[in-house]
Amino acid sequence: MLHPSSMFAGRDPFALMRRMGGEFDRALPGPAAAQGYPAVNIWQGSEAVAVTAELPGVAPDEIDISVKDTLLTIAGRRTAPEAGSEAVWHRRERAFGTFSRSVRLPFRVDPDKVEARVEHGVLRIVAYRRSEDMPRRIDVKPA
Amino acid sequence: MTDVATAARSGQPEAAQGAESARGVRIYRPLTDIVEAADGVTIMLEMPGVAPGDVEIELEQRVLTIRGRAAVPAPESFKLAYAEYGEGDYERAFTLSEEFDQANIAAEMHGGVLTVKLPRAEAAKPRRIAVTAG
Repeated sequence: MLHPSSMFAGRDPFALMRRMGGEFDRALPGPAAAQGYPAVNIWQGSEAVAVTAELPGVAPDEIDISVKDTLLTIAGRRTAPEAGSEAVWHRRERAFGTFSRSVRLPFRVDPDKVEARVEHGVLRIVAYRRSEDMPRRIDVKPA
Repeated sequence: MTDVATAARSGQPEAAQGAESARGVRIYRPLTDIVEAADGVTIMLEMPGVAPGDVEIELEQRVLTIRGRAAVPAPESFKLAYAEYGEGDYERAFTLSEEFDQANIAAEMHGGVLTVKLPRAEAAKPRRIAVTAG
């Protein structure tokens, strides 16, 4: 990272540090560019992985979730509101139609242990690791 | 109907719109559809993560301000590993023209989408005047 030398000439020697801290704050949890729709956040736990996605206006029965090995797919459809033929649209920022997004999970999950629910337009999927893939603790025996 | 304050920021990518609020979360401008029909105008705003009780709609001097406070708890015992979207609150304001019945604005929140209905004022509705034969 290059900083112009004039930054050091200021009275506050901590300004650079604060500024750098701000940059790190943005670099770490800041959103990455979405690789498709919907954008996802991935949460990791020791025995499970959670995937959240914002799907406002999508009915729960219009969401189709499938999982195969480490590939999780969220597909669905958002139905456009009925407005009548003579209605005039002043603004159309929302997207409608079908979508499909696949996410590679950090481990193989048990397809029978995938939970999904929608709350206030936010989808949350929790997928558990296969029991045979769980890390095992190995005891070290004294010789 | 025009956007207030946020208009200058339009055209920027969504992630760049986040400003910080007093409670330390980002404020996003909700994606909005506005459709006009004969009986009035309907505004639909996407505010995922906002419960119906956490929406605030304020009308002052023809400026309709909509705020939503997101309350999505982080999944328990999970750590955020990868993020494509930011969580935060929502705010957007619109200037209304005089032709709406401002006392009868109705709002409904469903599945993270707020629908605000602005009925046309009686005076502004097109009126048909019957011509009677003399």
